[in-house]
Amino acid sequence: MSSFAIFTQIIFNGLMLGIQYSLIAVGFSLFFGVLDVINFAHGDIFMLGAYASLVLINLFGVLSASGSSYIFFLIMILLLSAIIVGTLGVSFERIVVKPVSKGPPLMSLVATLGLGIAIREAVRLFYPRGSETKRFPEILSKLLGNKSLEFGGVILRYDNLLIIGIGMVIILLLAFFINRTKMGVTIRAVAQDGEAAEMMGVNKNLIVDVTFFLGSALAAIAGLMNGIYYNSIIFGMGGMAGVIGFSAAVMGGLGNVYGAIIGGFLFAMTESLSAAFIPKGSEFMDVVAFGVVILFLVFRPHGILGEKTYERV
Amino acid sequence: MSKNRKLGILILVLVMLVSAATVFNYGCKPKEAEKITVKIGFIGPLTGNNAKMGLGGLNSFTLAVNQQNKSGKNKYNYEIVSFDDEGVPQKGVEVATKACSDPDIVACASHYNSMVAITTVDVFHKFGVSSTVWGAVLPDITYGNDYKEICRVNGTQVEQNEYNAHLMVDELGFKKFCIIHDTTDYGRGHLKYFTEALKKRGIEPMSIDGVSIEQKDFTTILTKIKALGPEVVYFGGLTQSGVLIKSQFDKLGVKAQFLGTSGIKSDDFNSTLAEHAEGTICMLDGAPIEKMPGGPEFKKAYEEAGFKESYEAYGPFAYCAANIIIKAVEKVGPDRAKLIEEINKTDTTDIIGTIHFNEYGQNDIPLVTAYISQDGQWIPWDDSLYKKGERVLPGFAYREGKEWINPYKAP
Repeated sequence: MSSFAIFTQIIFNGLMLGIQYSLIAVGFSLFFGVLDVINFAHGDIFMLGAYASLVLINLFGVLSASGSSYIFFLIMILLLSAIIVGTLGVSFERIVVKPVSKGPPLMSLVATLGLGIAIREAVRLFYPRGSETKRFPEILSKLLGNKSLEFGGVILRYDNLLIIGIGMVIILLLAFFINRTKMGVTIRAVAQDGEAAEMMGVNKNLIVDVTFFLGSALAAIAGLMNGIYYNSIIFGMGGMAGVIGFSAAVMGGLGNVYGAIIGGFLFAMTESLSAAFIPKGSEFMDVVAFGVVILFLVFRPHGILGEKTYERV
Repeated sequence: MSKNRKLGILILVLVMLVSAATVFNYGCKPKEAEKITVKIGFIGPLTGNNAKMGLGGLNSFTLAVNQQNKSGKNKYNYEIVSFDDEGVPQKGVEVATKACSDPDIVACASHYNSMVAITTVDVFHKFGVSSTVWGAVLPDITYGNDYKEICRVNGTQVEQNEYNAHLMVDELGFKKFCIIHDTTDYGRGHLKYFTEALKKRGIEPMSIDGVSIEQKDFTTILTKIKALGPEVVYFGGLTQSGVLIKSQFDKLGVKAQFLGTSGIKSDDFNSTLAEHAEGTICMLDGAPIEKMPGGPEFKKAYEEAGFKESYEAYGPFAYCAANIIIKAVEKVGPDRAKLIEEINKTDTTDIIGTIHFNEYGQNDIPLVTAYISQDGQWIPWDDSLYKKGERVLPGFAYREGKEWINPYKAP
């Protein structure tokens, strides 16, 4: 393999990770935007998405389907897992997050951390043999075969290309929703100034619900993608994913959806490139990636696209 | 009838009833109930990522204790107190301290994870409680200290990796190796001993990459490895990371033999990876269960006991650890200090064959068996279709520049 081929492969791998990180990071930014809380249970919502998809795959007997019904089932799994986890996200928001959102930030921090642990342990205890790694079926390989695009030693698997494609479409739909729909404008208005938006007749409770539904549904889709990509899931997978998603949102600018997307890709590329090009990089890639997050916090705390805020005394 | 007389009759009746009950009880009560109950501890990962290994160990340990209690030959009755170390060092120290703080627990059988076992050796030493390791393979657990409290039934990474290198280099003729290891003490131990075994044969690894046990994505490392074109990719780590690495290894089209250690010898590796597990080689201490002197009986008794979980790779060692502790208690009584001395003198035979603890408390009769994943099962290398030449090893096909056709058939 030439150096260019290695570089291309690493960039492609980074893109695969970046899509997943971005979809998680968007949730952090949305929640922070409308409710000023950092939802540390969001990583575990992502894990719920992966498990919900696995349950649906088994429930529908998807693997025994074929042809157009197989494609129909795949779309149904994507939509249903997003709807189920989105609804759960709204429930958690109403029961745990919103009641503490007006209190000191420490309260919401502890409450959401606790919620995350409760979700994780519930899966471990109540999912059949929940403490074991679960095999996630290669549902896209069945559709596309184990084929790939190969050039100069670079392997771009069709299923991975499809995951990137779906991720990109979702990001574009999200951008359309945020920019071009009335609901999107309202979310932006609440994020900019919640009180002013309420005075203009915006139902803030509804907007918060919609935002949590949207953020949780996107995390569920990221969970499904993660399952398809790695072919295995485990109850503890949300812990690190949550920390990375939050870090990506901070890098991009907490509260800014596009910043979160950029942050997700930036974090993934930092990981991939440091593992590849720094000596013993695989041992230190997390140190490098989180080191970059610290640099952002010190030198550009508002992130790449976040706005500077000043508090007048 | 005077009041005193009534009272006298009542007392007499009560005395007679109590006497009758005592006599009846003496005649009917089984003999075991008179025995003193001795508590022995079992520590392993009963929850978390390695729960399956821990539960397999606990079940096997329970089987041995139940058999001993039912035999009727022992002076004492034995009760297990189990502790969950979750495969996490801090938790291991916590439960080891808890076990040692209970004066009724006379000795323990401890740990599957090396990084947990290495952190608790000082705890057992400080409290003066014998700990017979049943699953952890890091050599320093026994060889890295002079604590009499620590003994080990199973082998270590030294023998495993020596055998690993012997099979791959001397027997199968591979010469180009890339190494991935997890960055825990366990993974670094495998790296050290496998590299030493390779160097003895004049081979330098083409690359060495350390990975965190939290890491999920290995595509960058595997891309670099793919570019180097090794014949064998060795992984020194546990099943959870091993599953992810092997899956991504296949997806990236790395054309090499995948080689593991005892850390991936679990049913989970095969069930989670399915066809992607096919052709993977790993090592395990001891003989295959069918070839152990008492293996078939153990397997039959385990199945009859109706445990939900499999006994897994280290169950037979946990079974032997229970027998070693019980044998020592029978000889010197439930005395912690005397038990340390007695367990150290172990020279016995059990289902795994001869067990002899050397001056470090290490069973020095090492036996290592190579396994290959064949149709979703770990089959001893010597019995496999690959050894017999009926299937082609992935590493052989790639070495000859051919494509390897996966012959996996779902079990």
